[in-house]
Amino acid sequence: MKNYIKLSWRNLWRNKRRTIITTSSIFFAVFLAILMRSMQIGSYAKMISDVVEFYTGYIQIHENGYWNNKSINRTFEYNDTIIDKIKSNKNTKLFAPRLESFALASVGDITKGVMLIGTEPEMENKFSKLSKRVVTGKYLTPNDKGVLVAEDLADYLKLNINDTIVFLSQGYHGYTTADQFPVRGIIHFPSPDLNSTTVYMTLKNCQYFYSAENRLTSISILVNNTRKINKTKKELSNLLGDKYEVIPWNKMLVELVQGIQSDNAGGLIWIGILYIIITFGIFSTIIMGVVERKKEFAVMVALGTQKARLVIVTIFETFFICLIGIFTGSIFSLPIIYYYFNNPIKLTGEAAQAMVKWGVEPVFAFSIDPNIFVNQGLVVILLTSIATIYPLIMVKNLSVIKSLHN
Amino acid sequence: MSIIEVRNVKKIYKETEVEVKAVNGIDLSFEQGEFAAIVGPSGSGKTTLLNIIGGLDDATSGEVIIDGVNISKLKSKKLIDFRMRNIGFVFQSYNLIPVLTAKENVEFIMQLQGKSKKERFERTKELLTSVGLGDRMNSRPNKLSGGQQQRVAVARALASKPKFILADEPTANLDSKSTEKLLDIMKQLNKDENITFIFSTHDARVVNKARRIISVEDGKVVDDKKIL
Repeated sequence: MKNYIKLSWRNLWRNKRRTIITTSSIFFAVFLAILMRSMQIGSYAKMISDVVEFYTGYIQIHENGYWNNKSINRTFEYNDTIIDKIKSNKNTKLFAPRLESFALASVGDITKGVMLIGTEPEMENKFSKLSKRVVTGKYLTPNDKGVLVAEDLADYLKLNINDTIVFLSQGYHGYTTADQFPVRGIIHFPSPDLNSTTVYMTLKNCQYFYSAENRLTSISILVNNTRKINKTKKELSNLLGDKYEVIPWNKMLVELVQGIQSDNAGGLIWIGILYIIITFGIFSTIIMGVVERKKEFAVMVALGTQKARLVIVTIFETFFICLIGIFTGSIFSLPIIYYYFNNPIKLTGEAAQAMVKWGVEPVFAFSIDPNIFVNQGLVVILLTSIATIYPLIMVKNLSVIKSLHN
Repeated sequence: MSIIEVRNVKKIYKETEVEVKAVNGIDLSFEQGEFAAIVGPSGSGKTTLLNIIGGLDDATSGEVIIDGVNISKLKSKKLIDFRMRNIGFVFQSYNLIPVLTAKENVEFIMQLQGKSKKERFERTKELLTSVGLGDRMNSRPNKLSGGQQQRVAVARALASKPKFILADEPTANLDSKSTEKLLDIMKQLNKDENITFIFSTHDARVVNKARRIISVEDGKVVDDKKIL
C-alpha cells in the first residue's frame, strides 16, 4: 500500500501545472461553497431563532383545533399536571404560558384593534427577553395591574407612561368584557406588524379580563436540542393525549419556512453549477493522466502488475487531488467564517427592511457548524468518485499490446 | 529439456477485409541458457512472435508452453502473475517508470513478488552494479542517458529471477558504444546466471553476439541456426 501511495503521489507531480490548476479549482469551489453555505445556514438559524425564540417557541401546545380556529373559547386549563408533563421532557428548556386574543383598544376618541397577550412576566422574560424591548417605562412585575404597549401602537393612541388604556372584547363563553389599565412601559418590536398591534399584561389580569380563570390559549416551549424537535413533539403528544395539539415551529411559521426553502434552493443550485464545472475539471485531469500513461500502464501490466493495482494507484491520485482541494478550501475558509460568526455582516437598505418585517435582525449571520465542512467534503468526494468511474474502466480494459505500440 | 515450446503458433489479424498472417504456423523450442536472436525485416512477425511467447498477445491458434505450463490457456490475472514470476522484458524504448529512481524501478517487480526490503536492496544493488550503474541508483530515468536507461531496464528484467528474458529491439535507440556495453552486460549475465535471452532484432551488432539466429519472414521461420 505504501508503494502505491508513493507512486500515486509522485505521479501527481509529474504535471505540476495541471495538478495545481485542478486542486486550485477544487479549493475555490470548496472555499466558496463553505462560505456560502455557512452564511445561508447561519442566517437561517438566526432567522429561526429570532422569530421562534422571540415568540412562538420551537413547540406550542394548544387545545386541539386552536391553531386552525383561534378563539378565546378554545382554551385549556393551566394546572400542575400539564406543567409536570412539559417539564418531564428532557428536551424542554423553558416554557411560557400565554392567553391571547384580540381586543379593541381605546384612548380618548382613538380606537384600534390590538392583540392582547397575557403572560407570566418572569417566565416570559426568561423565554423571550421581553424586558430588553422596553424603550420607555418599566417591565411588568408579577402582580402588575398595568400593561406594556408596542411603540407604534402607543404613538397611534398617543399614549405615555401612566396613561390609561381601555380594552373592549368578547371574553370566554361569549361574555362581553371591558376594563382599563395603566401603561407601565412602551416596547419596541422590529416587526412593524407586532409594533403596531401588541399589548402585554400579566396572565392573571388577562385571564380575569377575558373571564377565562386559570386558562391558556398556548404554552410555548424552547428546547435544548433543536435537532430533536420532532422527537420531542411526538413525546409530548403521546404524553398529553388527544385533548391537546402539539405543533412544531415549522408548521406555525409556514411563510418563514417557505422563504428559507426558496432561498436555500437558489443557493444549492448555484453551488451545484459550481460543482458540475469542477467535476468536469477533475474528470479531464484524470482522463488525461490515464490516457498519457497508457503505455506506462501497459509496461507495468507486462511486468506483472495486476490491473486492479493500477486502478488503486489511479484512485489514490484522484483522491490526493480531491483531498488537497477540500483540505485547503476548508482551512482557508475557516478563519473567515469564524470572524463573521463573531461579527455578522450588518445589512442596510431594502434588504434590511424586508428582514425587519419578518421580525429578524437584519444581519448575515455565519454558522461554524462542522457539518458544513463535512458536507462539502463529502460532496466533492462523491463527485470525484463519479468522475473517476470512466477513467478506471479505461484502466481495467487496457489493452497491453495496443498501448505498448501507442 | 526445453523451457519454451512454441507449437504451430498462428496470429492472424482480420481488422480489414484482407487477412494478415503476422505469424503463420511457427514451431520453436528454447533451452535454458540460450542467447538467441529472432531476426527479420520489418513486418516479418518477429515482435508479434515475441509478444506471444511473452503472453502479451494471444495466438489465433497454437500453443506456447513455458516450463510445462500452457500459457495460451491461462486467464488474464493468472497470466499476469505468471509473467511476473517467469518472464523478464526489455523494451525498445526502455519504458522505465519515470517517477521512480533506477533503484525503485529495479525493485518494482520484487515488491510485487512480496520480497523483503533487505532482499530487494541486495538484489537491486547487485544488479545495478553488474550493469555498471551502482553509482546511479537514486537517479530518475530523465537523469540517465538512453544506454543507461536500457541497462536499468535489463537489471529490472533480471530482478525477479525470471526463467528467460524477452528483449524487443533492445538496441534500436542506442548508439554503438552503448549497444556494445549493453550486449556485453547481457552476455555476461547470460553466462553468470544462466538466463535465457531471446531478442527480436535487425541490428547486426546483436546478431553478431547471438549464439542462435532464427530468421523469420512473412510470419514463418525460414532459418534457425546455432553458432558454435
